[in-house]
Amino acid sequence: MPAVNETIEAVQSVTDSGYKWGFETDIEMEFAPKGLNEDIVRFISKKKNEPEWLLEWRLRAFALWQTMEEPRWSAVKYNPIDYQDAYYYAAPKQGPKSLEEVDPELLRTYEKLGIPLREQEVLAGVEGAGSAADARMPIAVDAVFDSVSVATSYKARLEKEGIIFCSISEAVQTHPELVRKYLGSVVPQGDNFFAALNCAVFTDGSFVYVPKGVRCPMELSTYFRINAKSTGQFERTLIIADEGSTVSYLEGCTAPMRDENQLHAAVVELVALDDASIKYSTVQNWYPGDANGKGGIYNFVTKRAACRGKRSKVSWTQVETGSAITWKYPSCILQGDDSVGEFYSVAIANNWQQADTGTKMIHLGARTKSTIVSKGISAGQGQNTYRGLVRIGPRASGARNFTQCDSLLIGDKCGAHTVPYIENRCLTAKVEHEATTSRIAEDQLFYCRQRGLSQEEAVGMIVNGFCREVLKELPMEFAVEAQKLLQISLEGSVG
Amino acid sequence: MGMLKIENLSAEIDGKTILNGISLEVPAGEIHAVMGPNGSGKSTLSYVLAGREGYEVTGGSATFHGQDLLALDPEERAAAGLFLAFQYPVELPGVGNANFLRTALNAIRKTRGEPELDAMQFLKIARERMKALSMPEDMLKRGVNVGFSGGEKKRNEVLQMALLRPQLAILDETDSGLDIDALKIVADGVNAQRAPDFSALIITHYQRLLDYIIPDRVHVLVKGRIVKSGGPELAHALEKEGYASVQEAA
Ligand SMILES: Nc1ncnc2c1ncn2[C@@H]1O[C@H](COP(=O)(O)OP(=O)(O)O)[C@@H](O)[C@H]1O
Ligand SMILES: [Mg+2]
Repeated sequence: MPAVNETIEAVQSVTDSGYKWGFETDIEMEFAPKGLNEDIVRFISKKKNEPEWLLEWRLRAFALWQTMEEPRWSAVKYNPIDYQDAYYYAAPKQGPKSLEEVDPELLRTYEKLGIPLREQEVLAGVEGAGSAADARMPIAVDAVFDSVSVATSYKARLEKEGIIFCSISEAVQTHPELVRKYLGSVVPQGDNFFAALNCAVFTDGSFVYVPKGVRCPMELSTYFRINAKSTGQFERTLIIADEGSTVSYLEGCTAPMRDENQLHAAVVELVALDDASIKYSTVQNWYPGDANGKGGIYNFVTKRAACRGKRSKVSWTQVETGSAITWKYPSCILQGDDSVGEFYSVAIANNWQQADTGTKMIHLGARTKSTIVSKGISAGQGQNTYRGLVRIGPRASGARNFTQCDSLLIGDKCGAHTVPYIENRCLTAKVEHEATTSRIAEDQLFYCRQRGLSQEEAVGMIVNGFCREVLKELPMEFAVEAQKLLQISLEGSVG
Repeated sequence: MGMLKIENLSAEIDGKTILNGISLEVPAGEIHAVMGPNGSGKSTLSYVLAGREGYEVTGGSATFHGQDLLALDPEERAAAGLFLAFQYPVELPGVGNANFLRTALNAIRKTRGEPELDAMQFLKIARERMKALSMPEDMLKRGVNVGFSGGEKKRNEVLQMALLRPQLAILDETDSGLDIDALKIVADGVNAQRAPDFSALIITHYQRLLDYIIPDRVHVLVKGRIVKSGGPELAHALEKEGYASVQEAA
């Protein structure tokens, strides 16, 4: 199909130079010595002035990790990772401060990335006069730069509602009882190889607690940036939605373009109590490597939600455009009766990217309900695997799951794979699975181009149409960004 | 001067010759009809003019306002003012019709140096045009051509023509599958475009549409070659005698 070939070439040429977030910030950094051992774990814990229990918790995880092996069951292939050849702690010399005191170089970095760190003087009449054009809903941002959180905005405003939104390092100091109670309660230290590693060396991430009955008045977001060379990022996020509360949280991530592979192994834990609801959205745009497969982030992430309460709800939405390797399965443990889990995913594997992603929906409570919508796009030599588990326990009477997996192929060198696991131990439960695989048709591209759209725009349009059901789950402010990102990531992969 | 000038144009698909030396000139302001039996190469001609891949031009030329049409990408031809109403409009699942139409319109406006339209401005124009074509407004919300009836698809093509205001419209069997009311609406849509700088090439299998859009010239295409040209009366003659008489000439 010549049209498609041409598009692929076009996309590739754009992809080569098209990663617009690939710059590096020149700032004075402090590193831990290279390598990983108990002393490094102690170093990190000391740097963060952690209580004894947390150091012990880390050391236990480290001991577990040493007995574990890298998982091999996924479809991703990569050269062995040398865990001794990386830095496990890298932080700007100037530590976290109030927004006004943040290093201007860092502020400029986030500005360049389009992340609003400064609190806008918006909401006319409330906090000074803002023009109507600025009167958008503010977004509270926690910015994590390599190993530390450098700033968190709108803290004061959120505190008025009793909402805690800060870096997890800070939460360890200010709300140790909450951290101690919930940390590791969803993803235990020995859960898997990468989670154990994270437990041992996690450096920063966000902490959110929404008290009973409170609806969080703004989007909360964390922006992760890997900047330093040869550095792993091990972020840890913990979100607790107390009874009857609601929160929407978004994370974004980018990294400079480098020839080396960098490891990112995060753990995210969500806890939703009775009638609470958490919406967790991800726009993952780590550096994917160049068109020849050199460089890029290895993204090995464990994300899990416990829907502990009755009628609780967790909704994961992810747009995964970056990373050389993506290995993540945001999951829901549906413990509470009538609890609801959702997973909406768009994953792109272009050039030499590999994505092995999906979800686990573990139905334990009665009448629990889960929905899975996965859209995989493969282009270039990209390999995209949907891997999902739906497990229905014997007590989950009347449980329901609906899964829809759609794959879109661009070109003939890429691959799409769907690996659904279904374990149903309850007679009254209902599980449905639908899957489709299609190609971007030459006639669709021609139709768009005949109407004046460029090849790239045509691809973007068709791909965005393909992903519509997922994109509409994103908060409005981010949906537009995500659409552009899809087009850029595929400029060359004929989305 | 001829707005569209085709000279001795030949083209093949997969090594099979489909167009066999077509010559045709459509001056500015004129509407020409191309008629011919199934498989004679009508759609192929429209695709070659619009720049679809997979068609190899093996000889001849096609110019538009004196510019070599065949050297341009499809989107450049669209920007130059060429519009093709597809015989089989393509479905774009998940792509909202409004979004698609506005993106297309803004792409064309950009090349004309006109400012882009925001969603509100676009809706106002689109609603007007849709009313004229008796299209229900909810067609803007649906996926492009997805689940549209045959007639709705054709009307959606005419709507796009009305929005994009091309200088040369090629309508490939836009009439087939339409009942008489829909046919009149489509014809009105085309007639409304008539202007000194607008030309159209109306490809049709039947004479019916030409009762409502009176062509300046009628060309008969058989086996990839124009075998006969004449005034509007030629369409009537064909209707009566069928293609058999002209086919022998081919
Ligand atoms: N993609 C294709 N591959 C091979 N042959 C084709 C293709 N498209 C059209 N043809 C052939 O070209 C000839 C002309 O087709 P077409 O232009 O669609 O005719 P019309 O529109 O006049 O009915 C037919 O014989 C048809 O079978
Ligand atoms: Mg035809």
